[in-house]
Formats: sequence, C-alpha cells, structure tokens
Amino acid sequence: MSDDGSWPLLEADLLPLSIGAALLGTGGGGNPYVGMLRSRELLRKGATVRILPLDALPDDALIGEVGGIGAPVVSVEKIEEGGECYRAMRAVEEVLGIRMAALISAEIGGANSMEPVIAAAQAGLPVIDGDGMGRAFPEVQMTTFFIYGAKASPAAIADDKGNVVVFRHVKDMYWLERFARDTSVAMGAAAGLAIAPMRMDFVRRTAIPGTVTQALTIGRAVQDARAKRQNVVERVCAATGATLFFTGKITDIRRELKGGFSRGEAKIVGLGDWQGSEGRIAIQNENLVLWVDGVPVIMVPDLIINLDLETGEPITTEILRYGQRVAVIGLPVHDLMKTPEAMAVVGPQAFGYPDLTFTPLAFGPVSA
Amino acid sequence: MIRIGIDVGGTNTDAVLMDGKTVVAGVKAPTSPDVMTGVVQALRDVLAAAKTTADKVDVVMIGTTHFTNAVVQRRDLAPVAAVRLCLPATASLPPMVDWPEDLREVLGNHWYLAHGGNEFDGRVISKLDEAELLGIADDIRAKGIKSVAITSVFSPVSSEFEKQAGEILARALPDTHITLSADIGRIGLLERENAAIMNACLRDLSRHVVEAFRGALADVGFTGRFYLTQNDGTLMDAAFAERFPVLTFASGPTNSMRGAAFLSGVADAIVVDIGGTTSDVGSLQKGFPRQATVAVEVGGVRTNFRMPDVFSIGLGGGSLVVDGPDGVTVGPRSVGYRIVTEALLFGGTTLTTSDIIVADGGADLGDKAKVAHLDPALIRRTRDRIAFMLEDCVERARISAEPLPVIVVGGGSILVEGPIAGLELILPNHFAVANAVGAAIAQVSGEVDRVYALAEMTRDAALDDAKRQATDAAVAAGARRETVEIVDVEDVPLAYLPGNATRVRVKAVGELHVG
Repeated sequence: MSDDGSWPLLEADLLPLSIGAALLGTGGGGNPYVGMLRSRELLRKGATVRILPLDALPDDALIGEVGGIGAPVVSVEKIEEGGECYRAMRAVEEVLGIRMAALISAEIGGANSMEPVIAAAQAGLPVIDGDGMGRAFPEVQMTTFFIYGAKASPAAIADDKGNVVVFRHVKDMYWLERFARDTSVAMGAAAGLAIAPMRMDFVRRTAIPGTVTQALTIGRAVQDARAKRQNVVERVCAATGATLFFTGKITDIRRELKGGFSRGEAKIVGLGDWQGSEGRIAIQNENLVLWVDGVPVIMVPDLIINLDLETGEPITTEILRYGQRVAVIGLPVHDLMKTPEAMAVVGPQAFGYPDLTFTPLAFGPVSA
Repeated sequence: MIRIGIDVGGTNTDAVLMDGKTVVAGVKAPTSPDVMTGVVQALRDVLAAAKTTADKVDVVMIGTTHFTNAVVQRRDLAPVAAVRLCLPATASLPPMVDWPEDLREVLGNHWYLAHGGNEFDGRVISKLDEAELLGIADDIRAKGIKSVAITSVFSPVSSEFEKQAGEILARALPDTHITLSADIGRIGLLERENAAIMNACLRDLSRHVVEAFRGALADVGFTGRFYLTQNDGTLMDAAFAERFPVLTFASGPTNSMRGAAFLSGVADAIVVDIGGTTSDVGSLQKGFPRQATVAVEVGGVRTNFRMPDVFSIGLGGGSLVVDGPDGVTVGPRSVGYRIVTEALLFGGTTLTTSDIIVADGGADLGDKAKVAHLDPALIRRTRDRIAFMLEDCVERARISAEPLPVIVVGGGSILVEGPIAGLELILPNHFAVANAVGAAIAQVSGEVDRVYALAEMTRDAALDDAKRQATDAAVAAGARRETVEIVDVEDVPLAYLPGNATRVRVKAVGELHVG
C-alpha cells in the first residue's frame, strides 16, 4: 500500500475477487470467471491497475462508470471481443472533450466487478474501491449514483462489432435504461456501457464504500475455509453478517429471456432444518424474493445468495440446475440503498411486487 | 440375466461376472499395450472362474479410464486444430486460454478464430466465410493435423454453422476427424469448446480402443450386446463411444463409487479408488456419487459436464518413486501396464510404489528379493509421502467434519497402510474389482430433446410430456419402468422462433431389466 492508501491489483487477487463478486452478485451480475480470465490476460501482458480508496483523489477529479449490459446467460457464451467498455468510455470522453481520472464499477456483484478493471488496464487508469450497488441489480438506473442525482448523459454503448452508440441527451436514468437496454438487445444482449463522468466529491458521498476490498475479503474467507475444511456457508455468514434462511434441493428451474433479461423462478424442496418446507425464489437476472412456505422472508434490495450446500460455491442463476443442493443466505444491503429515494428505485414495488413491503434484514454477528 | 462388467484401467483390466445381483466371479489381468490381449485374458479368466461360456452371457458393459488417463498423463493425444466461429466476438479469450500450459503444448496450441457464430436469439454474428475456412484448412493440412474441433458461438441454440463449417473442412481435409461442440456440450462457450477439443485429441485413441474391445469380445465368442459406460453412470453403444470418447470421462470414478456402494452396502462414505496410475477420490451420498454443481476440471481443464464431484491425483500402484534433493516424489508418471516388466520386483529397472510396499512387507507380489536392497529410510519416507497424499485428498473430499467412513477400492489398495485421516476404513469383498462391478450394474438412459411450442400448451404440460417420453425411451432401451428416474431437465427458450418455442431436454435413467 502506498501513501494515498492505494494498492496494486495482483494476479493472485483476481480469483478471490471473482469469488467474492460472484457471491455479492446475488445470483446475477453474470459469472465473473470470464472477466477474471480477461483481467488475467491483460495483467500477464504487463498492464497494471491500482485500486484507490474513496479519499485518494481531489474533489474535481472526473470518475467514469463502466459496466457490461446484457443477459447473464449470454455472457458465458458470447464472450466479449474485449474493448467494449473501453470504446464506450472513450466515446463519452470524446463527446465532452475531457479525460477520466479513474473508473468505478457500477455494480460489484458478478461480472461487472471486472469490467472497470479491464477498461482501466487498457486505458492505464486506476479503479476506485467502491461501487454503485454493493451487489448486482438488473437495471442501469439502480445505482446509488443515479438514485442520488448523477447525470444520465452523455452515455455510450459499444458492441463486439465496432458499433458505438452515444446517447447525447437523455431525459433521465429510466430513459437511459430503456434506450441502453433496447440497444444492448440489438447488439446481442451483451455490450459495454459507459456513463457520464461524476465528480469525485459526489462519488465519495454516494458510492457504496470499500466494496472491491469487501469482495476480496469474502473470496479470501471462502478460500481459507476450504483450505481448512471449514463449513464455507457458516464462514461466509460469519465474515459478512449474513444469515442462513433455507437449505434444500432445486426441483424446478424456469427461465426465459424477456426484453434482454433472464427472468424465472426456482423451486426448492427443503432439506435438514427445512425438511417438509418449500422454498421459492423469483429471479430477474438476480434473486429478488425468497418465499418459504408462501411467506416472503428476504426481499430485494437485501441480498439473497444461493451457495452450494456442500462446497459453499456461489451459484449464479444461469448455472442453477435441477437437483442442486443449495443454502440460501440473506445479507442486509448498505444503508444508502434503504432510503425512501432508494426504495423507489430498488424496493420490491420497483420490481413489480406491489403487495410486498420491504422488511429489512438485520445483520448477524460478524467475526473473522 | 448374466452380465459381464469390465473395467480397463491404465494398469489392470478387471472383469466380473454377475448373475442378477450376485457377483459370481471377479478377476484381474494386466492391461496390455494393445488393450485387446488384456481384455481377452480377463474375459477368459472370468468365464473360467464362473465355470461358464460366452454364449451364456447376455450383455457386456465396459468402463475404461483410458481416455481420462491419456489427458491426465498427456499421452497418446493427437494434435488438434481448434476452430471457433465467432468473429469479432470472443476475441478477448482464445481457445485453451485457461488450460494448463503443458497440455496446451502437447496439443500444439493450434487455434483459429473465424467468422460465424450466432446471437442468443439465432441472429448471425457474422456470415460464415468459406474462403477463410479453406485458408484455415490449408494451414491445418500444412501442419499435418488430423483432428479438428469446431465451436460456434451459441451452437446449442443453432448448430447450423458448426455443421456447415464441418462439411467445408471435411471436404478440404478428407482424412480428418471433425468434432462439433454442439454434439457434446451445452451453453458455456469455453467449457463446451474445451470438451470438444479434448474429444478431438482422443479420436485416434478411441478408434484404436473401441476396435480392440470389439475384437476381444469376438475372440472369446461373445456375440451379444456391448456397451461403454459414460460419465453419468449410464451406457452408450460402441459406435457412439468411438465418436465421443470424451463422454467416458469420469465413468471410471462413477463405476467405482457405485460398485463400492453396492459391495459394501454403505451408502454414505468417502471412496478412494486407487488404480495403477491415479487415485480417484469422491463422496458417496445415498449410494450415488455426489454430482459436481459447478465446472469440473479434467486434467486441469474446465468442462461443464454433469459429472461426479471426483478429483484425481497421480498416485497408484505403478507410480514412479523418485528420490531427489527436495525429498521423495511419487507420481504423477506411472509405468501403468508396463509394471509387469518395468517395476523392480518384476525384474525391471524402475522404482515404483509397489516395489516400496512389497519391500516393506505390505504386499506379496513379484520377486521380493529384487527389492530387498532398498534403503529402509527411503521406504519410510515414501510411505509417509503416500500417506500424506492420501490424507490430503481424503480431506479435500470431506465436505463436513462429520466422520464418514472411507471405502478403499481398486487394485492399488495395497498402498494404504492404515486408517486415513483417522477415519474408519472399509475394504469390501471384491474391493479390487469394484469398478467392474460398477460397470456391470450401470444403468440405461432414455433422452428426449425436442422443441415445444408453448403457445399451444403450458410449460408444465410440455415438461410432463418430455419426461414421459424420456421414461418410455429408457424402458425401450431396456430399463425396468419402476426404477426409472428423471435425472436431468433443461429447457432453453428459443426466443427467435414464433409461438414461444422452447427446447426441452430430459434424461431418464433406470436399472437394466434383469431376468
């Protein structure tokens, strides 16, 4: 670590970072394995990326937000050409005639933990230790940056084929989501999105802080628990303050691609302490609501995470399969995601559950 | 029903003859370089031991670890040209990017990114370019590569480009094997491509091996049905196996674990199967191997097969023992079937684990005098090294602190000195031929893979229909209806087709009809 608290991201960090990011993806956000490999290829070719704490840069530094946009099931099959986010970011810079000082992740959960690292490696920029969700969400407007007033334009979206579409003037974040989503579907449900730069003082106030470090910490705890033959599910709960809500076997998984999202539902028959119970998880890229015997027990924006019952491996919705045995744990979301402004964008109502009232989870005990 | 189960390992070929659920006889013969001699020997021996003849046998099931061992040891692998139809997508990660470097080098690291590929909804990423593919064919020809793996983006949704490219390359390279990824794997480009490339590198070996089986069975006068076992514990016919050797991956561990459960009557345990070249370790739950939920690695390569959660280490009865400046190393190289000529105790010049065990009085094999000169300190250090390797892999297979028993099976069981990791040790009857027992009791499967228009029926009705058809197919293939279970259900919406079309794939398995 240097004087400004920054540290270089090393090849050895990439695997634990991807494990932690997959877990924070709450079933979605795309599998970070591909992004991990892409970052590794770049680091092996000599690129370097530094991670900066939120207080490292001056107030007027401009921070770029980049991420992949599309359906997780596509991301494991149509792998990126490689320069999607980079080209989108350069397009935003070009429109405004500015240069970014650093990049930040829109969502730490899943593959988008890696996209800023990849674009930063290509552009020679640092990455800020924080993000706009503290988890994964399916839509562009669902970041703390947008919830607390970030500008929606100019923004740019780039595909594998060299197409770059710039959204010069967009009325608000919902319109950006709509245009960017439709464009991403036209681009094959896999594209890179860069959004108007934010001033560092704004990012300091609105980012979910320290989430790159958090993902890395979770990943290292998982690796350590495995090495020591400890129960990974218990260890993850202890490291994060999450609580175990259900264990069972997947008996049905229904998935469809609709409007560029993977939507679906998983049914789980209870095992162990939940023998005789039935669990049900609603999915829109991420896990949205867990019902146990018809009663909603965890709901968005709190984090619903499926872990392999034995190995503790996070199971993303696109690899969820009939017969898998899972532990479902719940982790409270950051307070910035629980305000009335946030509820309007990421609460159960925003996801089409008018009858559900968000009942926040409490943190369990946290220990090393 | 009389059936013979055969397991061809890198070192030994085992055979059992079963009458219904009774093991009548079990034998071991050394695996021969040509495979066939060893299989013929094992067949003759087991028929003699069971006092019967080949014409009384109804069916033969063969499990072979040949193909897994070839990849693990990087032996007998053919150079492969990996052709991916994708451009400009996916260029950030070339084929074999996440492979161990040594295996990539053995296959030659020949890869080509070409135009083609589909979007998720069936649209075209870019058009297939025949001239480009012919250029690739010229390069493949110039390099003398005889096996090609073709992977197109989203080929599980639309396999048309793979087929077309396959035809173009087959015309340009007439004596070349072509493997299409859509025939092997599911969605997940890198994993499916990995499986296709591994299949391609095994095509020379598979022709040789399947031909040898056919010859061996004819040689002892067997004229009935014969099957190979695949990774999910079910059977495939010989012609199919020759084209898709990669599907036999991990069939050995599946067979040994199901055999261990059958022989010991214990349903929950850790199974260590020690062969001549490798040890496979996995956990048994309710009599079946625990399935891996995430990507499984074979020889260090990620795949997305549905496979038992088993891992292999290079430790067996034929493993090489090398005393170096940094201590004793055991494996992963093994003399394999050549143990009967190359190991010290059989008059050879290579020090193997079996030599150490025999010198230490742990087994009675070969000529003890030929290993009498071994340094007791080396013997102790080697045994400690073996114990450490076994303990390490049993600990890795444990998924909880619960003290499950350890069932040890396989011909290399002599390497075990006592309880591993302090757990109860079980050595069942016929432990040495558990793999062959597992092959003999392998199940038959029925699969349905078809497109339903969900505009005309509900998804549940479509799934029920597919499950019924899969069950009927399993019964038609010889399963007893009351034992048939649905083991895999997958539905992939085909968003680009009208009528809310969905591709449904269901697999059912059941016990082979006995009697």
